[in-house]
Amino acid sequence: MANVTLRVNGRAESLDVDDPAMPLLYALRDSLSLHGPKFGCGLGQCGACTVIVDGQAMRSCQVSVSSVQNRQITTLEGLGTPEKLSPVQAAFVAEQAAQCGYCTNGMIMSATALLAKIPRPTETQVRDALAGNLCRCGTHTRVLKAVMRVAANGTGGR
Amino acid sequence: MNQIERRQFLLAGGAFVVSFALAPIDAIAQQQTTPPAAPFPLRNVATDNVDSFLVIARNGDVTLYSGKVDLGTGLRAAYNQIVAEELDVPYERVHIIDGDTALTPDQGGTGGSTGIVGGGVQIRQAAATARQALVKMAAQKLSVEAADVTVADGIVHTRDGRSMSYGDVIAGGQFNVKTDAKAPLKNPREYKYVGKPLQRPDLPAKMTGKHTYVHDFKLDGMLHARVVHPNAIGATVASIDETSIANIPGARVVRIKDVVAVVAEHEWNAVKAARQLRVSWTGGGGLPGSDNVYAMMRNSASERDEDLIRQGNSATALQANAARRHAASYQWPAQSHASMGPSCAVADVKPGQTTIWSASQGTHGARRVLARGLGIPEAQVRVIYLDGAGCYGMNGHDDAAADAALISRAVGRPVRLQWSREDEHGWDPKGPPQLLDLRAALDENGNIAAWETEAWLPMNTPNLPSRPLLGFVAAGIPQPDGQSVAQVQGNAYPSYDLPNMTATVHWLKTTPLRPSNLRAPGKLGNCFAVESFMDELAAAAKRDPLEYRLHHLKDERGAAILKRAAEMMNWQSRPSPRTGNANERVSIGRSIVYVHYKHVDNRMGLGVEVAVDRSTGKVKVNRVVCAYEAGLMINPDAMRNQVEGNIMQAVSRTLHEETTFDAAKVTSIDWRSYPILAFPDAPVLQLDMIGSPEDKPLGAGEAASAPVPAAIGNAVFDAVGVRMRRVPLTPARVKAALVGQA
Repeated sequence: MANVTLRVNGRAESLDVDDPAMPLLYALRDSLSLHGPKFGCGLGQCGACTVIVDGQAMRSCQVSVSSVQNRQITTLEGLGTPEKLSPVQAAFVAEQAAQCGYCTNGMIMSATALLAKIPRPTETQVRDALAGNLCRCGTHTRVLKAVMRVAANGTGGR
Repeated sequence: MNQIERRQFLLAGGAFVVSFALAPIDAIAQQQTTPPAAPFPLRNVATDNVDSFLVIARNGDVTLYSGKVDLGTGLRAAYNQIVAEELDVPYERVHIIDGDTALTPDQGGTGGSTGIVGGGVQIRQAAATARQALVKMAAQKLSVEAADVTVADGIVHTRDGRSMSYGDVIAGGQFNVKTDAKAPLKNPREYKYVGKPLQRPDLPAKMTGKHTYVHDFKLDGMLHARVVHPNAIGATVASIDETSIANIPGARVVRIKDVVAVVAEHEWNAVKAARQLRVSWTGGGGLPGSDNVYAMMRNSASERDEDLIRQGNSATALQANAARRHAASYQWPAQSHASMGPSCAVADVKPGQTTIWSASQGTHGARRVLARGLGIPEAQVRVIYLDGAGCYGMNGHDDAAADAALISRAVGRPVRLQWSREDEHGWDPKGPPQLLDLRAALDENGNIAAWETEAWLPMNTPNLPSRPLLGFVAAGIPQPDGQSVAQVQGNAYPSYDLPNMTATVHWLKTTPLRPSNLRAPGKLGNCFAVESFMDELAAAAKRDPLEYRLHHLKDERGAAILKRAAEMMNWQSRPSPRTGNANERVSIGRSIVYVHYKHVDNRMGLGVEVAVDRSTGKVKVNRVVCAYEAGLMINPDAMRNQVEGNIMQAVSRTLHEETTFDAAKVTSIDWRSYPILAFPDAPVLQLDMIGSPEDKPLGAGEAASAPVPAAIGNAVFDAVGVRMRRVPLTPARVKAALVGQA
């Protein structure tokens, strides 16, 4: 048993974990009930579990809970709420850029991280930034439109 | 809960609201995590009864209880629109609860793009009947004739200026009427909600992490479980070394005959235990291996042969035009649903009361199967739908439900069971492989004199009460013998008017991997063969592919739709392949195909432009255009989204996807060994959705996947002159074909 402190969505969270090597994803979903990040593969191949750590989009199934202590972790819930959507979330709703929505977390988190660094990316830059985010329902064109909608504003997505 | 919170709650997880119309609002939050007391059901769920579908609360809120479920297709929005339209209430006042066996009518499973054609039409008639009944009740209460009242936004108005809301009309009571097939439907020209691209109600919650997927659902006292699948299909347990997980806190083994699982209080411990547990297996396997599957199919004795069509005399015509005879064989591989989220279920099996939360396509059907498998009366089982990751037919959701229920019963606690990525890719039921031989002869003018299709397909077991579920099979619970593959013979012959045409299916008793209905079952493989071969014939006749198709297409509506697609392609008439481009590193090709889905549903013209890299063999689809006969569109944007998704997924299936297996089991078990289309290679889509409010509704999406594979193969031929007859069109295969050509 080990105690770790995570800074998630601006709050400090103290957790007891059996295994410090446990991937961050399980701490977020099970201990903190943050269900935005999804388990897709556990292999870092699909992007469904993406969170932002110190500004970088990361696969929360691939980083241990102990390795991200005291770093700034943002999940989908930290971006906005149904009443107050973040610009990227709002653009996804405006474009109806989802079907099942299971992978959407990864798209929104990767796009948010990209836009924070490059407020006006080209479509090619967006495609490349989302290369590791798989979508099975085939909503690719809508997702691209949604991100380009925010890119057109040049506001950085926050 | 205030109004906004309550609405958010409904949006976030309507499916497990037990009975907000019946219970005090404050009780809802509690019911979210507390299973309701037996006995089930709480409501009348007869499908011929208006009260089964619709409840109107005092405040005018309308709840629709739908047996069909929203599998991420936007069906909830479409259903709410239908109800708002026919009832004359504001769209925002309609809320939906879908797929709860205790609350919703059994409308059959959701699939085959029949959500609107089947379920929607049923709901429309129930809503129209409800409106008729409300008008009658209101007229009585207001002492006027029913013909003398009007309705707007859920308020009944009399000519002398009095009014009464639906909530007051029904006053907490029930309709007590059967659905009236003659209840008048609204004139399509007066549609206010139907035909509008209204936003889906579930997306704001899904975009913010607030929506409860089955993966997110928790119960107090719940254990996390993982199954440990065998090292070969059909293997049985020789021994289990329980000490191999002794170091993992709280982890323990659950064994039910050959079902091996681990449970733990914490999810990560269950994951680790499943990886670490040492199990010795014996037997199983005996598969032909994916490279040998087509030879095996060709050499299998067929259970029976069936002529799908026999017009004219193709044998005689083939003989008569033997000098211009052509033949080719096409192969379509086994493919996975490859859902983004591995299958998951939560089960709470208690004496006399079993509740299972599942993303099953059909919760009522699942209840029958699960109750029988568990050996408990159906009335004691409740299955509640919660969204899963997209499935495109039956993936592993129902298997996970059986696994969860078996384990919950064994441990006497609620259990959340989730498959791993390897489980999902390896053990979900697969779209089966297909083999088609095609023969044709051209007349002296190059037109088609005769066509023959000979197909080897796995047979569908008629009236199979349930598909065999993995957990029940492994637990030694007798399962119905058979397989469910849906109508895989669809579109095995072309949608053209040919003088002599025969299509024969050799129905095979089995297929190597457990099959299920994977999106547009059989039609992608069949259309790949048929429309590729059509292109081969056009090329043999040295005719333009569009002109050649139009020449053989007498159906005027079909021809108009094909021409529309050609116009969107800016079609330049010439035969395929392009010439004079052999020295290019990347060559561009174009194609156009025509499919009339199942010969009775949507007509489609679809064209693609591809870029083929001659040095690597990589095919990139740059652009897809589709003229799609859509019929009545309840929600044009949701339907467009479906058509887009089907096209995109079919591009992926054509270029990348093949479930590979060796003698023991599936070997394509993650996103590296089973890659799918990714963002950098996603084509540009250009659609024309053809339909009007006066049309009847048609299937809403899956048809669009059928023309895609042939269109890609034909465009590759146009670009570089090699004919690809086996899917997927991987760089290695295209490169090999290019080398063979040189």
